[in-house]
Amino acid sequence: MRHIISLLLENESGALSRVAGLFSARGYNIESLTVAATEDPTLSRMTLVTRGSDEIIEQITKQLNKLLDVVKLVDLTEGAHIEREMLLIKVEATDGAREEVKRLSDIFRGRIIDVTDRAYTIELTGTGDKLDAFLQTLGKAGIIEVVRSGPSAIARGDKGLHL
Amino acid sequence: MELTGAEIFVRCLRDEGVEYVFGYPGGASLHIYDALYKQDEVKHVLVRHEQGAAHAADGYARSSGKPGVVLVTSGPGVTNTVTGIATAYMDSIPIVVFSGQVATSLIGNDAFQEVDAVGITRPCVKHNFLVKDVKNLAETIKKAFYIATTGRPGPVVVDIPKDVTAHKTEYHYPKSVSLRSYSPVTKGHSGQIRKAVDLIMQAKRPMIYTGGGVILGESSKQLTEFVRLLGYPCTNTLMGLGAFPATDPLFVGMLGMHGTYEANMAMHECDVLVAIGARFDDRVTGELSKFCPHARIVHVDIDPSSISKNVPVEIPIVGSVDNVLRDMIKLVKESKQRPDKAALQAWWKQINEWRSLECLKYEHSDKVIKPQAVLEKLYELTRGDAFVTSDVGQHQMWAAQFYKFDKPRRWINSGGLGTMGFGLPAAIGAQFAHPGETVVCVTGEASIQMCIQELSTCKQYSLPIKIVNLNNRYMGMVRQWQEFFYDRRYSHSYMDALPDFIKLAESYGHVGMQIDKPSDVEGALKEAFKLKDRLVFMDFITDQTENVYPMIAAGKGQHEMQLSPCRRDTSAERELA
Ligand SMILES: Cc1cc2nc3c(=O)[nH]c(=O)nc-3n(C[C@H](O)[C@H](O)[C@H](O)COP(=O)(O)OP(=O)(O)OC[C@H]3O[C@@H](n4cnc5c(N)ncnc54)[C@H](O)[C@@H]3O)c2cc1C
Ligand SMILES: Cc1ncc(C[n+]2csc(CCOP(=O)(O)OP(=O)(O)O)c2C)c(N)n1
Ligand SMILES: [Mg+2]
Repeated sequence: MRHIISLLLENESGALSRVAGLFSARGYNIESLTVAATEDPTLSRMTLVTRGSDEIIEQITKQLNKLLDVVKLVDLTEGAHIEREMLLIKVEATDGAREEVKRLSDIFRGRIIDVTDRAYTIELTGTGDKLDAFLQTLGKAGIIEVVRSGPSAIARGDKGLHL
Repeated sequence: MELTGAEIFVRCLRDEGVEYVFGYPGGASLHIYDALYKQDEVKHVLVRHEQGAAHAADGYARSSGKPGVVLVTSGPGVTNTVTGIATAYMDSIPIVVFSGQVATSLIGNDAFQEVDAVGITRPCVKHNFLVKDVKNLAETIKKAFYIATTGRPGPVVVDIPKDVTAHKTEYHYPKSVSLRSYSPVTKGHSGQIRKAVDLIMQAKRPMIYTGGGVILGESSKQLTEFVRLLGYPCTNTLMGLGAFPATDPLFVGMLGMHGTYEANMAMHECDVLVAIGARFDDRVTGELSKFCPHARIVHVDIDPSSISKNVPVEIPIVGSVDNVLRDMIKLVKESKQRPDKAALQAWWKQINEWRSLECLKYEHSDKVIKPQAVLEKLYELTRGDAFVTSDVGQHQMWAAQFYKFDKPRRWINSGGLGTMGFGLPAAIGAQFAHPGETVVCVTGEASIQMCIQELSTCKQYSLPIKIVNLNNRYMGMVRQWQEFFYDRRYSHSYMDALPDFIKLAESYGHVGMQIDKPSDVEGALKEAFKLKDRLVFMDFITDQTENVYPMIAAGKGQHEMQLSPCRRDTSAERELA
């Protein structure tokens, strides 16, 4: 099962490598990992996507909680949550393709954020599935570069993960 | 008044109550060594190799319950400690390792003797720190001791760049620290404890399986009371020996790969298993699919990640053994329910039948020294009261089987990492923690050579350690596996070109003895113990091909032990088979 684990970490230099090191040392799967400081500069928020049986996920959360840099942890997949990922993509946009790319981008509610006479750079946010679908629709041919942020996620409702 | 980082370091140790630092100097730690020189409250013990420093601090911690302290220089100084740190980590031993580091301005430049100490030790520490500013030094040191000694204990590394030890600031050692991301649970959940006690009282074939956590948590008194209150059988892991008195009739011996027949059979047949401060290690469980097939399991552990890691548990209790056992004892005393007498009687009858197999019996000899006989004699002569350290191999297993530990912290060995070379430096630490007490290092001719240089440390500090070298001219444990599983192809397990251990001991300024006749064993031990202020190296030339029994081979269940050839034929086994 796929799980999204959200963490509040001490915003210190070693913290990220402790988390990453734990996953490699114990052979846990890591699908994506995003991290940035929060409104409280001493804390960073990490969203980690992993896969495993219930027992493995239980061990993963226990082991993460054991790290001294982990201040709080929640497995968002246990409740209702919202997940978003951002895609930045540079595609060839010449001749006939130019109109077509713009049209597809509009359909997916993408935004063209940079333009040259040969290419568009498009920004698209959504679930991973939506980004996958967009990439599939574009086809391989015209893609110059793809950058995906990996998912960020937050629980639904009025409760938040904070100190 | 402002002090330098080096002076602050020494003050911190003093204010933390540190008696001894085990260390070895070098460029990056010179300021600190200079500060040590100018005082005499914190004593420094000079080892001969940094691995020895880590093991000595570890032995000090295991034998005393106080944290062990290490001080090494940057680069090779700290890489040499890694084996010792990992050894402490695997057995959850509180040590704090201070390493010198190149100056902050040089970090990352491949400077002379620079190594990423925090990175290299990360996978084998509870936590580690790099101190970048002298203003944070005292607080970081306080945190290091706090983290190492609380919750599930473990090693902590503090890496201190050389310039930080020269910079000055006001000294203030915090009385306490709190960390927002670290607050170990100590009190067990009362509902869970109640459920556990209910189950425990209903058991027909109960088994109490306890480990290193009872020793780490200073709870052998409570454990002993709890077990005696119930009258249930108790087994200890290799790490838990001494937590329950081995001479108590309720004790069924060690369990696991080289545990007793009765302990392993009782594990296999029990209907309620109470695991206390033990972590279901693979050397204990054997093949997991065959482990305790009939048991409902209660597990008490301070570390949630130890629970249901290898074996799913019905009633988990997160808390310190100390608190949880107190609560359990209270509930058992208050409970109207009593253990089922008839069932318990039948259970003990069964256990005693298993016991009557006398699985540890071995073939005696008057021609060649049996290693087991040496340990039996050692036990007898020291009246079970010595601090016994060991290395890794067959001798370690025999010591665990034949020396009956009635008290905690007397049995000091590397269980989790299984580090050869641990025994002698650990004995140094134990002897510093317990001057005037008998400290014995049980070792093998292969293991002892891995930290042999520490004989020099023993000389410098006049440590009267007694070394019992069970010299079988083989890496016995390796040879045993090759005999059983590799058709006796003894690939590189023979110890050729051994030193003359008498001369070797003498050259370090100690007393050396070689004993090769069974009839001389007792006399030699007596003579050695008479030399109260000398280190005596006793080189016992033992049976070369003796094996450790019982043994659970890979893939086997706890009930599928291989017994000693001299026990296989007994009526008891035929009856049980
Ligand atoms: C050659 C060799 C052979 C071996 N053969 C055997 C064998 O036959 N039998 C055997 O048992 N072992 C054997 N071992 C040792 C084995 O590898 C493990 O080290 C050992 O079984 C672990 O013991 P433990 O379960 O008591 O755990 P420990 O490593 O001692 O862990 C202690 C547990 O207690 C918890 N804890 C710590 N403090 C507290 C507290 N205050 N309150 C509550 N919980 C706490 C910890 O979180 C941890 O889960 C062998 C090792 C070697 C090298
Ligand atoms: C540092 C290290 N290297 C290798 C091993 C693997 N090993 C385990 S026991 C053993 C042999 C130990 O021989 P000895 O010290 O003579 O003890 P004996 O088994 O003969 O009693 C070896 C090589 C180990 N445990 N530690
Ligand atoms: Mg040997």
